[in-house]
Amino acid sequence: MKPLVEYALRLGDDGLVLGQQLSEWCGHSPMLEIDLALANIGLDLIGQSSHFLKLAGDTEGEGRDADVLAFHRDVLDFRNALLVEQPNGDFAQTIARQFLFSNWQELLMRELMRSHDATLSAIAGKAVKEVVYHARFANEWMVRLGDGTEESRNRIIAGLEWMWRFVDELFAVDATVEELIVRGVAVDPRLLRAEWDARIAQALAEATLEAPKPRRAASGGRSGHHSEHLGHLLTEMQFLPRAYPGVAW
Amino acid sequence: MKAAAHAETGEALKDRVLEILSHVPDPEIPCVSVVDLGIVRDVREDALVITPTYSGCPATLAIASAIRSALDRAGLGRLRIETVLSPAWTTDWISEEGREKLRAYGIAPPPHGAARYSLRDAPAACPRCGSPHTEEISRFGSTPCKSLNRCLACGEPFDRFKCH
Ligand SMILES: [Zn+2]
Repeated sequence: MKPLVEYALRLGDDGLVLGQQLSEWCGHSPMLEIDLALANIGLDLIGQSSHFLKLAGDTEGEGRDADVLAFHRDVLDFRNALLVEQPNGDFAQTIARQFLFSNWQELLMRELMRSHDATLSAIAGKAVKEVVYHARFANEWMVRLGDGTEESRNRIIAGLEWMWRFVDELFAVDATVEELIVRGVAVDPRLLRAEWDARIAQALAEATLEAPKPRRAASGGRSGHHSEHLGHLLTEMQFLPRAYPGVAW
Repeated sequence: MKAAAHAETGEALKDRVLEILSHVPDPEIPCVSVVDLGIVRDVREDALVITPTYSGCPATLAIASAIRSALDRAGLGRLRIETVLSPAWTTDWISEEGREKLRAYGIAPPPHGAARYSLRDAPAACPRCGSPHTEEISRFGSTPCKSLNRCLACGEPFDRFKCH
């Protein structure tokens, strides 16, 4: 597979999977404002994803469009990071996941705007403006939950503990990305780590929380080795187009 | 490309297309047209170039199909609709007229570009009473492009177009 196809799939699948997860909150959130926020964030991510998947399909040149890639690939073909497929859990766990992801995605999109690939750069230019809102929303809720009641504090600590092991994968580089970095197409995520660490530390301090202790990192999503959760998510997400091939509004 | 014998070209075509599109409303905020919104990028002999507002804006498809119908009705079926992502749309593309229409409709227009990326937007002026004493209730409102605010002077809640 061409490296650019692989890279675009990774970016697209991150947004698609996380967007699908967030859509599950619709109608179930603790407050109306949160319901609107999570649905809107999910919508942004799925919109960005459709642009990345279109790029993957166009570059591949085998006639697969964004819908085919979203709805007609199986678990092993998905390239999202493990973080985004972690279950919603309670609201605190969802916020912990968003907090770690959106702060990373914002830094990533800012850099990706300078990609030598014009399409990647254009998608990132649109996405970055959306993602700053996501990061801001997640950071504010980290503070409210961490510096809130004993109950909210315990829950956000548990949420962070769960999600923390999936962070390192966001900053990992393999041969595919390495090649694209050299060509100025992909962002080198290792160069984002220091700023990400600083942002996370600042938000956690404001939330009167401590970063979880380092633990053995889990990875594999970028090469198709996923947790059990992704299969369940795809079953739900892909049911309609698979049961009724070619169905349209 | 040689224009068809009956087809107007250049500026004349552009003016006519913009006139037609100025009657195509945004499906989510019908007080403004797609021209007011600033999503029309170019009119060429064979194509109309538009740009999406937000990546995930659910109105994107509805807008494209409304534009298609309007062009077809005007006998401009030969114009394809092309979508470009770059340069990215920003709220600064909304025309002055569009901003006035938003305000009259009860939606505070977005601050001008200086605030982009800052997120610390100054409070909006209340679109009903004009008071600057307002507060943001939620950064995410009834559509992806709006935040929810409240006027501390007259007590009315109102939408604000987010700076984007
Ligand atoms: Zn007022």
